[in-house]
Amino acid sequence: MHFTVGALVQTAIDGLLLGGVYGLIAVGLTLIWGMMDVVNFAHGEFVMIGMYVAYVVVLMTHADVAVFTIASALVLFALGVVIYYGLIRYLLRGPMIAQILGTFGLSLALQYAIFWIFSPNYITLPGNALAGSFAFRGVHVPLAQLIAGVFSVVMSAAMFVLLTRTRVGKQMLAVSENRDASMLMGIQPDRVQALAWGISAASAGIAGALLATFFYLFPEVGTTFVLLAFVVVCLGGFGSVPGAIVSGLVVGLIQAYVGYLGGSSYKNMAVFGVFLAVLWMRPQGLFGKAKT
Amino acid sequence: MDAPSRALWQGEDVSSWRRATAPTVILAIAVAYPLVIQGPYWQRLGALVLLGAIGASAWNIVGGYAGQISIGHALFYGIGAYAPLLLYTVFKTPLLVGIPAGVVCSVLVAFVIGRPTFRLRGHYFTMGTIAVAELTRLGFQNWAFVGGPNGLAGPVQGRAWWDLTFRGSTVYYYVFLFTLCLVLLVTHLLERARFGHYLRAIKDSERASRSLGIPVSRYKLYALMLSAAFTAVAGSFYGMMIGFVDPNSVFGILISVEMVIVATLGGSGRLFGPLIGALILIPLKQLTNAYMGSSGSGVSLLAYGVVIMALSAAEPNGLIGIWSNRHRIMRLLPGRRSGEAYER
Repeated sequence: MHFTVGALVQTAIDGLLLGGVYGLIAVGLTLIWGMMDVVNFAHGEFVMIGMYVAYVVVLMTHADVAVFTIASALVLFALGVVIYYGLIRYLLRGPMIAQILGTFGLSLALQYAIFWIFSPNYITLPGNALAGSFAFRGVHVPLAQLIAGVFSVVMSAAMFVLLTRTRVGKQMLAVSENRDASMLMGIQPDRVQALAWGISAASAGIAGALLATFFYLFPEVGTTFVLLAFVVVCLGGFGSVPGAIVSGLVVGLIQAYVGYLGGSSYKNMAVFGVFLAVLWMRPQGLFGKAKT
Repeated sequence: MDAPSRALWQGEDVSSWRRATAPTVILAIAVAYPLVIQGPYWQRLGALVLLGAIGASAWNIVGGYAGQISIGHALFYGIGAYAPLLLYTVFKTPLLVGIPAGVVCSVLVAFVIGRPTFRLRGHYFTMGTIAVAELTRLGFQNWAFVGGPNGLAGPVQGRAWWDLTFRGSTVYYYVFLFTLCLVLLVTHLLERARFGHYLRAIKDSERASRSLGIPVSRYKLYALMLSAAFTAVAGSFYGMMIGFVDPNSVFGILISVEMVIVATLGGSGRLFGPLIGALILIPLKQLTNAYMGSSGSGVSLLAYGVVIMALSAAEPNGLIGIWSNRHRIMRLLPGRRSGEAYER
């Protein structure tokens, strides 16, 4: 094994690009977690469905990456809103455990609905519009990963602006701070929360569509991503969008370096190991504020 | 026994006949089941229901009574499942010897991870438990000594009764039934003891319990260790009945979630809640698998997911809650309306 500077830079770039996508997945999760104190166990299935939407769009229209990413975002936005009105609204009245189980049931249902429609086989996106890569001083950057990583970070940043600088963001904050008071201010909490679910699902859909350009599609693919997204959200401090972006990149780097130095079967062990060490020593997450 | 609880005990003595009737009838039906219902499929289904009830009842001690929602109990289940088969593979010991070994290991692991993990609150605690179990699953996959991703197999044929390896399911059924009774008896005694009151107080408000002088951390740890011991027994039984373990089938997150689903949708924090959950959910899963799963289309698990969703939205306190809420339901009937029925 050579520890050349080139290899280390290459590994860092691979890790950061994938970590950017983890960040975007986690941003959607942390929005719901911070606003409604709900951990969405079906969030990985949103990513998975985003991948399948991209697949279907490419299969039918041979559209390019911009088109199928927007299509995934729109479909997932609608799905998120429907799920809020059909399920989450009722779960919010129950205890925390009902929310965990309800969203877990949702994840099973979505996973096996896709299983039923598309079969459990591994598939890849047809066409290779993004198959190229370019070299820069001996470092190879695949085009698909580059677009996915950079665009994910841009989308996460846009989400941060949306949540902190716009009227909608203020309404979401108001609902999460005090539902009754926000109603007195003329906000309709159900509508705002449905919108949050739509945005959360749409961001997962975008991440899924981008991942589909370089990742296999299969019905259980979401399970891997949702566990990593939990880690990213906890490390970043729940409800914190910048925290999610940074810790997404950190998780990507850990995976890349451990995969490079120790073998890819150890990379997720390292992620969970670091996560536990941080949880046990800093229970509020790396960027979270201590709660008394 | 101190004075107030003795008074409580005597006060309940009048109705204790009635209270004892239902469990006795249920036990009689359970004992008779494999004798009346012949056929390997149904006897195996009975054994699986009991196994599910043991696991869920074990989870119930820490998840239901103490309200600490662990989604990492597959850790203890897996240790329990691996111990007998690992000892068999290395030393050819009887599988029965592996059960106490698994219990001891599980309790030790619970003791070690309990203290740092219980510092976490709410969702963070749940995430911590998931991470410990996932880390262990991945660790076993990378550890050649325990068979890596291929796992371990038990003896093809039992060498004697102490291998607990039988063709039919009847023996398993009675072993599981006896164990379930033991777990429920311990839980029942715990419910009435100081320990049980402490756990429920911790569930209601940890801070209030602490201010009343309850050693919260210590009792949460005891609850986890007791729960881990029973979960390990369930895991050992699984390993012996199937005769084979691998990391995904015993340490996977689905194992943990299954325990939570059965306990909670039956009624967590209630003695018979997990049993009710197991009686309904496990046959439902097995039967939908038998009738719809043969095509390999995954419809059975789709249906199972929809049932879980519907139950957690409609009856978050578990199926046992329907019985407790019967007065509320009665009020919804025409002619018996009261103002309360209109409240959300």
